[in-house]
Amino acid sequence: MTLLLIILIPLLGTLLAPAAAVRGRMGAAVMAGALTATALALLFTLAPRVFGGETIVVSWAWMADLGLYFSLRLDGLGLLFALLILGIGLLVILYAAYYLSPKDSMPKFFSYMMLFMGAMLGVVLSENLILLLMFWELTSLSSFLLVSYWRHRADARQGARMALAVTGGGGLCLLAGILLLGEIVGSYELSVVLVSAELIQSHDLYTPALILILLGAFTKSAQFPFHFWLPHAMAAPTPVSAYLHSATMVKAGVFLLARLHPALAGSDLWFYLVTGAGLTTLVFAAYVALFKHDLKGLLAYSTISHLGLITLLFGFGTPLAAVAGVFHIINHATFKASLFMAAGIIDHEAGTRDMRRLNGLFKYMPYTALLAMVAAASMAGVPLLNGFLSKEMFFVETLHLQRFGDWAWLIPVLATVAGIFAVGYSLRFIHDVFFNGEPKDLPQIPHEPPRWMKVPVEILVVLCLLVGMLPAFTVGPLLATAAGGVLQAPLPEYSLAIWHGFNTALMMSIIALIGGGLFYLLRHKLFDLHGRLLPNEFGAKQIFDILVKAVVDLSRAITRLLENGSLQRYMALLVGSAIVVGVYAALQHGAMSFDMSASSMPVNAVSVTASIALIVAALATVLFHRHRLPTLLMLGVVGLFVSLAFVYFSAPDLALTQLSVEVVTIILLLLALHFLPQESQPESSSARRLRDALLAGTAGLGIAALTWAILTAPFETLSGYYLEQSVPGGGGKNVVNVILVDFRGFDTFGEITVLAIAAIGIHALLYNLFVNPNPAGPHGWATSRPPLLLSVICRPLLPLALLVALYLMLRGHNAPGGGFIAGLVAGVALVMQYLASGLDWTNARMKIDYFKVIAAGLAIALATGVASWFFAHPFMTTTFTHVHWPVVGEFEVASAMVFDLGVFLTVVGITMLILAELGKLSGAVKQGGGR
Amino acid sequence: MLATAVLIAMVMVILALVLNIWRVIIGPDVTDRILALDTLYINSIALLVLLGIHMASAHYFEAALLIAMMGFIGTSALCKYLLRGDIIE
Repeated sequence: MTLLLIILIPLLGTLLAPAAAVRGRMGAAVMAGALTATALALLFTLAPRVFGGETIVVSWAWMADLGLYFSLRLDGLGLLFALLILGIGLLVILYAAYYLSPKDSMPKFFSYMMLFMGAMLGVVLSENLILLLMFWELTSLSSFLLVSYWRHRADARQGARMALAVTGGGGLCLLAGILLLGEIVGSYELSVVLVSAELIQSHDLYTPALILILLGAFTKSAQFPFHFWLPHAMAAPTPVSAYLHSATMVKAGVFLLARLHPALAGSDLWFYLVTGAGLTTLVFAAYVALFKHDLKGLLAYSTISHLGLITLLFGFGTPLAAVAGVFHIINHATFKASLFMAAGIIDHEAGTRDMRRLNGLFKYMPYTALLAMVAAASMAGVPLLNGFLSKEMFFVETLHLQRFGDWAWLIPVLATVAGIFAVGYSLRFIHDVFFNGEPKDLPQIPHEPPRWMKVPVEILVVLCLLVGMLPAFTVGPLLATAAGGVLQAPLPEYSLAIWHGFNTALMMSIIALIGGGLFYLLRHKLFDLHGRLLPNEFGAKQIFDILVKAVVDLSRAITRLLENGSLQRYMALLVGSAIVVGVYAALQHGAMSFDMSASSMPVNAVSVTASIALIVAALATVLFHRHRLPTLLMLGVVGLFVSLAFVYFSAPDLALTQLSVEVVTIILLLLALHFLPQESQPESSSARRLRDALLAGTAGLGIAALTWAILTAPFETLSGYYLEQSVPGGGGKNVVNVILVDFRGFDTFGEITVLAIAAIGIHALLYNLFVNPNPAGPHGWATSRPPLLLSVICRPLLPLALLVALYLMLRGHNAPGGGFIAGLVAGVALVMQYLASGLDWTNARMKIDYFKVIAAGLAIALATGVASWFFAHPFMTTTFTHVHWPVVGEFEVASAMVFDLGVFLTVVGITMLILAELGKLSGAVKQGGGR
Repeated sequence: MLATAVLIAMVMVILALVLNIWRVIIGPDVTDRILALDTLYINSIALLVLLGIHMASAHYFEAALLIAMMGFIGTSALCKYLLRGDIIE
């Protein structure tokens, strides 16, 4: 439970931080800090158990059938990451409170920040892989919001979009990989997955699953060739870079490598893919970092390079390498976060991040300079600092690797080269910024930042020193626990001492330090050489832009092809493809049988006449279609005969619904006709009309054939089940209604929700719309007073009609009727008042907010569904009982009837909203004059 | 006796329905057509009631009731449209 709170408290902060901002500018920061501290304290209460070797797992079933559990896990690895996320998070919050300028919105920043923190905690504390993926995606989304925080800047928006595209795409791959993994193991729980290494690695699906999962990890951790998004994401405010792009989010990828290490690592494929990506990234990014003039650009490429180092270590697949990887995760998080914060301070105080202009800042901010120098020295791997220790372990590991055979010397050499580059760019960071002459035309005179802005940097730098000098006492237990969490096995022998004797690894460090120094001294020549050989930036962004443009162009072309604004074309495509699919299905599965011998209803004069009438009316509708009002009349005839057919074939519910819908349609179309031309001119060529006629004719014949085939073929339907279960299962004799409100109640709920959304959409479309109505015909319009006779008749009709509606609804469960029909009847009766007495008169007497009616209807329907939870039944379980009232007699009361009331209210609200809104449209035109 | 009478009445009502449709189609004016549609509604009520008597069932009666109400509203809306062009004003 505590574990759940650790994730929920920051997520809650997403809402609480902006809420606290009403109490002044710092409110949001204080609230965010307090919540983070609370979560951290909760984590500390659990920490002793984890240090004792326990793995804490809590689980709640979510969708157990699909293998989805809301299950959380806290082991050494999770503890380490949670500590980093909350600890550095707390420092970053303090830093950001002083970093953000008065123009920046504090509530927005801290709200996004807490969202990200909660999501990241979710990633590292998930036990279920699918749950992990959901939090993973949430980190991508929240990082998008954070990177684009300064949304007035084009580079921030583009950087955020690129980061989302790359990490989001990787997230999709990861989803596929996790699903494959779950398919192999049969469970998504880490406890099961981590002990199934043999099963996983011998399975046929191992290769695709591994590749997909690695794609997810590499995109998130900015491994080559997906590294390019990280430098562009540096357009984010510096606290975001310090938090997301050095300490937490980019570590999610290596976290995943560490997390799945016991299950996936060890195979050749793992080795070559992960070390390959890691090694390339390590060397390449360290090289690029040398030539960055932007402080944050240098740090970004340095981060990519260090992530490559960690990836490389996990790629080795040996227990010792994994320990080194975990150690470097800790060290990198501390020194890189402090460096980002120092860069932010410099940017904040000096007004630029360009190292060609920033020189000699030591004079202006000696204290900050000292802190930054210690952190940079740690990044370079100088002895007595934490960066040195993990780098030594890394060098040792590269030497012990036998897997490359004759090429085994390559890895230590490349590692040393990367070490030289790292020393080079670290030196440049120190020397160019703090020494090297005087600053060049800075926008402002730099000075030391506010006291509290330095505190986070101080804490992190002190940690660098402590870990660097007394590793066994400070970080030892945490490292052992975390490494145990990665390996899920006993730890190998390793020593955290500073001095291991004069060995090859130390030689490599010394070479790196000296080489880096030389490199820096020769930098001007190297810059020239680099500029001549590679005049442009490496083209990853260009390739990305070309790819994005290609995708956008392709989708635009498809859109233009399908959606060109011609309704005729949409209809032709829709009907045409239906014909193609139908014909294909008929050919594929054999010709349809038209068995005439099956028993059919007897034919009599009434049905023959009615059928002919229906056909004639339908044909006349088509023939009249250019004259709109007569067409509408013919449509009325068609509707009436369809309703009669429903009555005749014993479908009274359908008939009642059809009759109500018919009238609503007539009113709706009449309202629309007010704004439409009375006659329409032929616009299509005769060839096109022939094509359309062919399409329509074929589709009609196809439907007729299909209906015939279904009606004559012997088959079993579900009807029998419903007919039997209606009374014992749903407590109603009207099967149609029982299906609607009980057996398929969830569907109905979805349908009325969609209807409500459609009504609100129509409202939004018509709101403040001005359309010119039709001019009066040759005889002109009648005077504007509502016809007296009509209003006199309609007023008493209203209570009668409402009574009919009430009656239809109440008995709906047992006899034809129900909420839908009743809602239509009531809606029509209410609209009738507008029609007979005018808008003003009716509005003055009927002050109903139809949105509230719709909302009430949906709320009632939802409440009846939720209510069943309180009786420990699944959503929307219904119940019924028999009640005996005097006079009325015995009758059934079903909870589904309350649901039906919700349907009723929603339908009334929707009908009224749409019709009244259209009716008001003409009123608005009259008042608005000739607008 | 009643059964025979109902059958004869049904035949006559169906003939009336056919003639109504004919009138909706040929017009000539919109008012003729609206009137024809209204008569169509009334004749269907008659047909449904007759069917109800013929089959001894009450369900037909409700459909007839609803047609009576809805038909009236449809016809008045159409007439209002002819008068004013705008049915809700």
